[in-house]
Amino acid sequence: MSLLQATGMRGGYGAADILQGCTINCDRGEIAVIVGPNGAGKSTAIKAIFGMIDLREGDVTFEGKSITSLAPQARVEAGMGMVPQNNNVFPGMTVEENLQMGAFLREDGGAGVIDKVYDLFPAVKDKRYQLAGELSGGQRQQVAVGRAMMTEPTLLILDEPTAGVSPIVMDELFDRIIEIAKTGIAVLMVEQNARQALEIADTGYVLVEGQNRFTDTGAALLADSEVRATFLGGDQS
Amino acid sequence: MHDFANAFILLSNYVLIPSITYGSQLAIGALGITLVFSILRFANFAHGDTMAFGTMVAIFCTWGVQALGLSLGPLPVALITLPVAIAVTIALVLGIDKIIYQFYRNKKVEPIILVMASVGVMFMMNGIVRILIGTGDVSFADGARFIIRAREFREMTGLDEGLALRTTQVITVVVAGVVMAALFWFLQKTRTGKSMRAFSDNEDLALLSGIKPERVVQITWIIAATLATIAGVLYGLDKGFRPFTYFQLLLPMFAAAILGGIGQPIGAVVGGFVIAFSEVALTYAYRRVFEYLGPDGFEVEGLAQLIETEYKFAISFIILVIVLLVRPTGIFKGRVL
Repeated sequence: MSLLQATGMRGGYGAADILQGCTINCDRGEIAVIVGPNGAGKSTAIKAIFGMIDLREGDVTFEGKSITSLAPQARVEAGMGMVPQNNNVFPGMTVEENLQMGAFLREDGGAGVIDKVYDLFPAVKDKRYQLAGELSGGQRQQVAVGRAMMTEPTLLILDEPTAGVSPIVMDELFDRIIEIAKTGIAVLMVEQNARQALEIADTGYVLVEGQNRFTDTGAALLADSEVRATFLGGDQS
Repeated sequence: MHDFANAFILLSNYVLIPSITYGSQLAIGALGITLVFSILRFANFAHGDTMAFGTMVAIFCTWGVQALGLSLGPLPVALITLPVAIAVTIALVLGIDKIIYQFYRNKKVEPIILVMASVGVMFMMNGIVRILIGTGDVSFADGARFIIRAREFREMTGLDEGLALRTTQVITVVVAGVVMAALFWFLQKTRTGKSMRAFSDNEDLALLSGIKPERVVQITWIIAATLATIAGVLYGLDKGFRPFTYFQLLLPMFAAAILGGIGQPIGAVVGGFVIAFSEVALTYAYRRVFEYLGPDGFEVEGLAQLIETEYKFAISFIILVIVLLVRPTGIFKGRVL
């Protein structure tokens, strides 16, 4: 049984369902990547998993318990961490304060965890007293991930972490994400850069119109000629 | 040299010291407005009347203490009544939030509706204050009136111009300094203060981080009520209490908050001093200053006053309009109202 099981999710923002019964699972130490064309409901799927939108049908279980009715805050307490796509740092606060705010729910203030985050992102440590709003896109993304790591989540959810950053920064960020998964954390992310993301994915979900079209290991999806032709921008090598 | 010293003392006495005092009062008032704006996202029109309410409570307590025949020596009694006045004002403001603002917050209304609600609260508080203490002037500053008297200063220095330093002016500046230092320490260094800044910066992410919005809102009201009471009492000690004057203070306080960049505490402080200095400096009659500085026998016709004192509110208003047109984010890049 997986750490996270989101089964048969159906729902959306208004009357029309964006999610048409899609299913996402993610396990400890595993990187699961959701890819698909624009409007496929990728971001909606992780928002539903995190409780930011209500589901009409379907069930989300985390560590074996149903969390379908929990608010996002309660899901953070349960061990989920979320890095939103936009506005994912406190721009007017220093990097260190951003991390401290990530640990707001912790009784101990998170002093020990901050060092772990700094070990993971040495560049962040160098900028610890700088305002997060003044950092480059890639560094800001690292701070955003670091903030979510402060509660020491068992599942880390990332909404397009590499949107708008250069390829070099993207590789660097993916390396960090692999390291995070190696520590036993389940990583679930939505990615626009499908090819690169599938390369590091243990499981890949290809969503189309709110439904699972393909589900396989990242390598198998990359090798699948239909997936390549339809979703990965043709048969490049 | 003598003339130069005289001109400097004249300016200190009538421009520098009064504008530092008034600026401190405006700064504390504007801080309350800016904090409420940054957390609750609306311009609180009831802030001036919250000041009036807090000051009224302090005055009643002062009368009570005086009736017992007690005094604080050279210091005004109102200073020790501050904690009580602050507590009562906090209770009132929290009650109003619970009954009025929370209702609209839960409905997630547009900010303008909260602004209108605050106008209603303003009228209500205005009414309470006028019913309880009346509409006239109340002077409640007791203790020593002066620290330095003009005559003493003249005898001491041998200059023609005297410098008068009133007790209330020194109290204002000292209390304002302590209050601002405490507030900035709280916002920068404490967990609760940081959570307020986080909430102000990025509400959604603050929620994701487990910061409880209702708690942040409550603390904001507690701080705003405290600042309003302190600002009101300091202003009242310095210039006398009159409900209508406190309502009028809304304009320079908003001008200060917006000039500094609304939502930015440091901006409220800088804005307060800039507005106060502009008001005082532009309405002062410079005739004698010029006469001291000019050659011997130099005489100025008229008062050499740029704007008459009656128009001092126009100055805040013009500054407000210019800031909104030219740089709506204000000096310290606040939000746009």
